[in-house]
This record gives sequence, C-alpha cells and structure tokens, in this order.
Amino acid sequence: MARIEAEVGKPQGGFMKWIDDRFPFTSTMKYHATEYYASKNFNVWYVFGVLAFVVLFIQLFTGIFLTMNYKPSAAEAFASVEYIMRDVEWGWLIRYMHSTGASFFFIIVYLHMFRAMLYGSYKKPRELIWIIGMLIFLVLMAEAFAGYLLPWGQMSYWGAQVIISLFGAIPWVGDALVEIIRGDYSISDITLNRFFALHVIALPLALIGLVFVHIVALHEVGSNNPDGIEIKNNKGPDGVPLDGVAFHPYHTSKDLVAIIIFLMIFCSVVFFAPDMGGYFLEHANFEPANLTATPEHIAPVWYFTPFYAILRAVPDKLWGFILFGLSVLLPLFLPWLDRSRVKSIRYRGWIYKSALSTFVVTFLVLGWLGTMPAEPVYVLIARVFSVIYFAFFILMPYYTTIDKTKPVPERVVYHG
Amino acid sequence: MTEDDLDRNRRHFLTVATAVTGVAGAGVAAIPFISSLKPSARAQALGAPVEVPIGSLQPGEMLRVLWRGKLVFVLRRSKEMLANLSDDAGLLRDPNSEEKDQQPDYAANGTRSLRPEYLVVEGSCTHLGCAPLQDFDVRPAEGWGGGFFCPCHGSKFDLAGRVYKGVPAPTNLRVPPHRFVRDDLILIGQDTGAA
Amino acid sequence: MDKFLRYAKVTLLAAFLVTTPVFAAGGGAKLASANIDPDNVNSLQRGAANFMNYCSGCHSARYVRYKTIGKDLDLSEEMLVNNLMFNAEKTFETIQASMPAADAARWYGTAPPDLSLMARARGADYIYNFLKGFYVDKESPTGVDNLVLAGTSMPNVLWELQGYQTAHFDRHDNADGSVTTTFEGFEQIAAGTMDSEDFDEFVRDTVNFLAYMAEPVRGFRVDLGKWVIIYLIFFLLIARMLKKQIWKDVK
Repeated sequence: MARIEAEVGKPQGGFMKWIDDRFPFTSTMKYHATEYYASKNFNVWYVFGVLAFVVLFIQLFTGIFLTMNYKPSAAEAFASVEYIMRDVEWGWLIRYMHSTGASFFFIIVYLHMFRAMLYGSYKKPRELIWIIGMLIFLVLMAEAFAGYLLPWGQMSYWGAQVIISLFGAIPWVGDALVEIIRGDYSISDITLNRFFALHVIALPLALIGLVFVHIVALHEVGSNNPDGIEIKNNKGPDGVPLDGVAFHPYHTSKDLVAIIIFLMIFCSVVFFAPDMGGYFLEHANFEPANLTATPEHIAPVWYFTPFYAILRAVPDKLWGFILFGLSVLLPLFLPWLDRSRVKSIRYRGWIYKSALSTFVVTFLVLGWLGTMPAEPVYVLIARVFSVIYFAFFILMPYYTTIDKTKPVPERVVYHG
Repeated sequence: MTEDDLDRNRRHFLTVATAVTGVAGAGVAAIPFISSLKPSARAQALGAPVEVPIGSLQPGEMLRVLWRGKLVFVLRRSKEMLANLSDDAGLLRDPNSEEKDQQPDYAANGTRSLRPEYLVVEGSCTHLGCAPLQDFDVRPAEGWGGGFFCPCHGSKFDLAGRVYKGVPAPTNLRVPPHRFVRDDLILIGQDTGAA
Repeated sequence: MDKFLRYAKVTLLAAFLVTTPVFAAGGGAKLASANIDPDNVNSLQRGAANFMNYCSGCHSARYVRYKTIGKDLDLSEEMLVNNLMFNAEKTFETIQASMPAADAARWYGTAPPDLSLMARARGADYIYNFLKGFYVDKESPTGVDNLVLAGTSMPNVLWELQGYQTAHFDRHDNADGSVTTTFEGFEQIAAGTMDSEDFDEFVRDTVNFLAYMAEPVRGFRVDLGKWVIIYLIFFLLIARMLKKQIWKDVK
C-alpha cells in the first residue's frame, strides 16, 4: 500500500533547521505524530482519548474567561455568575460551555475507561498508563467537586456540606481534617475562596501535568487495539509495524471526524438543553445558598451518583466512607486483578463477557439510584448492586483465570 | 496524469478545504470570547452620563468629577482667563482644534467649549494618561498664561486644554461629549444629539 | 458506507443517552401544566405589565435590566418608562422592589424572594399552580393558605381578580392512627373581576414573563444553535471526505 507522508516531520532546511538546532521540533513531531504508529483497526471506542483532550481544552479556555468575571466570595459569587449569564456579552455561552463541558468530561472519561476494560488496555505493558489515568480521574473528581461549590447555589452549598462531612468519618483525625478542608466551622466564604484557588490553579495544573505524563507513557509503549495484539511484534523491513498507520495524517484525519461529531452533540446540549433536565445544571442551584434550609432532595451531580449510591447503601458512617473510597479506588488495581491471558474481549470467554456486562448495568443502576431519594426500597436495591459492584473486582482474579479464552491471531483484524 | 497524481490533488484540495472550514469556524468561535472582554452591561450602566451642578461655581474655579472612572475638569473661566487665551500657532501644536478625535465638533472652536465660559476636558494627559495639575497663575516672564501642567513628563496645556509645542503630549486634552441640561447643570457623557 | 453507518449508530445512541434524562426528569408533584409559549411576545408583554403591577411591589428581580426587557419584548424606551418602570428612572437599572427587603422581612416574617431565577429554580408549572393555589384559611395570618406551598407567608395578591376559593380535603384515618389528607378540589365562594379563563390567561402570561426573566437569552440561544449545527454538518462532510481519501489505500 502507498503510504502518505505528511509534510510535517520531514527533514527541513532554512528556518526549520535553525529551530531544530535549538529545539527538538522535527524529531518531536516525528516521534509523537508522523512516525507514531497506531493500529489501523481502531474502532469508535478509540476516539475518547482525543475527545477528553478536546474537552480539557474547552474547560481550560472557557474557565479563563469565567475567572475574569467571577467573584470568589460568599457575598458576591452567586450574583457574579448571574452577571456572567446576563451582563457580560456572550457570557452565557462561555458559562454554558463550561458547565456542559464538566458533564461531558465525565461521560467521555467513563467511556474511555470502559474502552480499557473492553480491550484490556490496562494490562502489561500499559499498567502505568492506567494508573496515571486513574490519578487523572481522581483529580478530575476533585476539580469537578471544587468547581461545583463556586456558583454558591443551594446544591453547591449542601452538596459540599455532605461530601466534606464524609471525611469526618475517619477515626481520630476526621473532625480536624474536616475543619482543615473548610478552614472554618462550617462551609463559608473562606471555604469558597480556597476551593476557587484549587479549582482554577492547583488542580488544573495537576491535571495538565498528569495528562502530559499519560501521553508520554502511552507513546513509549504504543497504543493497544481492539484485538489486544502488540503491533510492534510484526514489523516490515522498514521497521514500521505492518498493522500500524502513522498518527498523522491517518489517525488525525479520523479523529477530526470524531471531534466534529462530538461537537455536534456538545453544541446541541449547550444551545438546546443546557440544564439537561436538571442533570447538568440542577434546578435548586438557581437559588442562592441558604444556610438555614437544606433543599428537600439533595443529590450530587450525576457523575458522582454511582459512588454516592454505594455510600448511602451502607448503614454506618465509617464503613460508608471506606466502601465509598474503595469503590472509587478499586479500578486502580485492575492490571493485577485481571489474570486473563488475553487482553481483548474479542478473545475472552463467556464468563468475563457476562461479568463486564453485569458491571455496566450495575454502574448505570447505581448511578440512577444515586439521584433518587433515600427511600428504603432504593436503599435495598443499592445494597444489592453495591455487592455486585465489589464482587466484579474482588472475584476478578478467580473468574478471569477459569474463563476459557480463544486463540489470539497474529495480525489485527481489519476490513478496509 | 496517473491515479496517484489525481489522488494527491484531491487530497490536497480536501486538506485545504478542511483547514479553511476549520479555521473559519474557529475564527467565528473566537468572536464571543473577544466580545466578552468589552465593557459589560453593568460597566455601561455604571458608565452612564453624570450630572454636574455648576450653579455655585465661581469664575476661576474648577470642579473635578468622575465620568466612567475618568477624571473630568469643569472650569469656569474668568474674563481675564478668556482674554489670555492666545491662538499663537508658534506656541501651540493645534490651536484651532483640527485633530477630530480630541473634541466633539461643537467644541472645535477658539475656546474649545460649548459656552465660552465653561471648559469641560478630560483630566488625562494625552501623553500617557497622568492627571495634569492646575496652574492658573499668570507668569508673563515665563510666557505662561495659566493652564495645566502634567507632573509625570512635563507636558503643558493652556486654559482651553490645548497642548504647547515642545512637550511629549501629542494632542490637546480631550473634550468629552457633554451638554447643558439647564444653565446650572451640565450632563457629561451625552451630546445634544442623543436622546 | 458500512463504517459510516456504525458511526451514525453510535452517535445516535450517544445522543439518545444524553438526552434521555431530559424526558426522564420532570416527574414528582402532580402540577397542572402552565402551558406557556415563550415565543409569544404579546403574552410576554402582558406578563411584564402584570409583573410590574402585582409582583414588583414586594419582589425584586435584581439581575434583570429594564433595557434588556425592552429589547427582547419589542418595547420602546417610552413604553418602558411609562408602563413598566415604577421603581426606576433609567432603563439600564435592574428591577428593585418598592418595599425595602428588611421591612418586608419584618412584616411577613420572611423576605419576599428575588424572582429573577424563580422559574428556573422551581419551574414554570410550580409558579402557575402556586399563583392559582391560594384558598381561604381562617387560621392563617394572611387569611389564605396555599396548596402548592403550605404555610406560605405570601398573601393572595390576586384575590381581586380571582375572587375567593376554598379547598376541600378528604381526611382518611389509617389503621395505624395516622391521618391521610387528599385534596379533592377548589370551590369558588366569591367571584373576582375576571372569569376563570381570563384569570388562567393572566397567570399564564405572568408565568411566561417570569420564565423569560429567568433566562432572557433563551430565544437567541436556540436560534444561534441551529446555525452552529448547520456549520458543523458542513464541516463534518468535508472532514469525512478527507478522512476517506487519506485512508483509501489502507488495506
């Protein structure tokens, strides 16, 4: 087949040479784009990495503009958000992009993580990529949580109240820790001020750093593919993997299509349903924080609800906190919990396929339960599904060992 | 032409078309972000015209008021002050207020004002924005007929806000849009033209 | 083409997944639909007049500027000043209540809430039912209670228009000693100046205006969104052709 060579990354004279003598521009472009080979049989599950990058950019960019008009004080925060929505020219668009971006960040990251579970992307030699990815996920949760306090609405305030109080469950140090997080005896102007600092400086910096490391680690070992085959094991005489195509222009042109489709969905929400029926922007958050009245029904934003449902299912404060923390952290150990000899779901047996399907259903049901009021019947269902959630991880070393796998082919499966 | 050449041409065309569409989209998407940096509705509301009562202002006295956060001088010139105004093109850079942007048309006259007595100018040196000091003493020995002196870089203006030659400031002090609501009330920030 | 269909399917699925909550939400209380038409400028204009006459005495809408209302509702500056601006002099001012909030808090026990965002916080249906839900209750300090918000300290400011109604409840003693009350219906006991249809229309216009105030940019947002999507479809077509051209020889 005739390979297309991109202009970037070719040896250059003149100005590019002047640059390259002083900065590794051409070699970096080669290493990460024009001569970074990834499997040609990527399917739709492989677009979420680049989409996460796009959303990160949207959040950073719109965030900067919001910061120019937002006031991080209890007295002014709520009004300053409305100021952005009404008085700042186009402020509404910037704010809706940011609030919608927050939810889409999680949609994409969840799908990105699910892709790894589908095709065993966390397995050797990509354990570290997975661990860095999990760290990104944790920082993202903190970032979203800190950001959610900033509008200083009823949900901002009482949601933060509940989650921060959670840390009070830790024996001995709990109460002191809660005071250190809040910087006050209750959530106050001081808390808001420091959450603002975390949201706009500390956590984004950490996020950018981790994303950088995530990509460096990925490009070191190379991308996985839907067959879970190492394409580096089948190289042509020119040293290029036979099943690989260059990231640029092949995957970039493909990713662009995905990005545009994503933007269509994203813009549909921004322009036609920015509230998303109260899931992306909760109704109660259009009322300013009222320290004397909790809203009737408080639920965290949808992306936290699966873990929140687990928390509520436990009738003990300390154990609730422990299991809540475990539910978030358990996926970190997937590279070692999964004992299967094959990576991709394509070559796994019925046991893992059923387990993963059950897990997806469990995650969705828990997410739904987390949005429902804490009525006994819901709590009961939440308990059942919490058990399934943990069983998926804890029993994994066992069921992935006994699962019958199919033989993995030499080359990736690709129908042009 | 071989099939390869055809492919290359088509690819080139599509690459350019995609790039142009993408860049155009990004360019349009940048408009809201740049527009958001303009003064907001609140800034516009706060920057609304200000009323300045001048009923008790005596000849030779000056008021300092703020309009849109900018310092504005309202000076009631005495007969002597008006008499001292020269339009010596040898001394002044723009004695006849020909620089269009520095005053509304109705102030492009010998006294740079709506009514000869009242001078309304922005108290912001046209060099780099410092607030000029008032120096109304006439010192014929120095060739000084009274006016404004900028302490930052030494620019000098006469009692009609006209800049002297040989100083860093390039133009006369700016006259803001204003009008007389009544004989004893000036509205700064709005012309007679506007409603 | 086959692949394109797969893409399309996944996209549709994703779109379905993200839009489902919109329909799944709602739920909850059995409120009658306010049935407002946000594109009906006449209704919004009437609603604005109703709001200024009946609400703005006690309630502010402190994020809303008269100027914005004038622009969005096709009202001239003169009409704004003469018909709507009872508590303001300049069109760029925001809507303040005539009554100082501190006094209001003393008289009513609680300060009347700002109404800028009420329709987004509680929903148009909620306000519609609330405004129609006052019934005579001799024990209440205001002489009325409300079906939607029991114990509200707001008096029925629309009584002249609506007249008076009482509410009938069915009390049912349960086996465990508790009591269940179910609402049976209202009964009109004194006529107001409006018949019930006109009154419904009056409340609907008012709620429509409240919904408008909660997000004045809504109409523009939706209009602009259509153009954005049209652009993206065009961009998608070109980008897909480029992708296919580049991948043409990959076997």
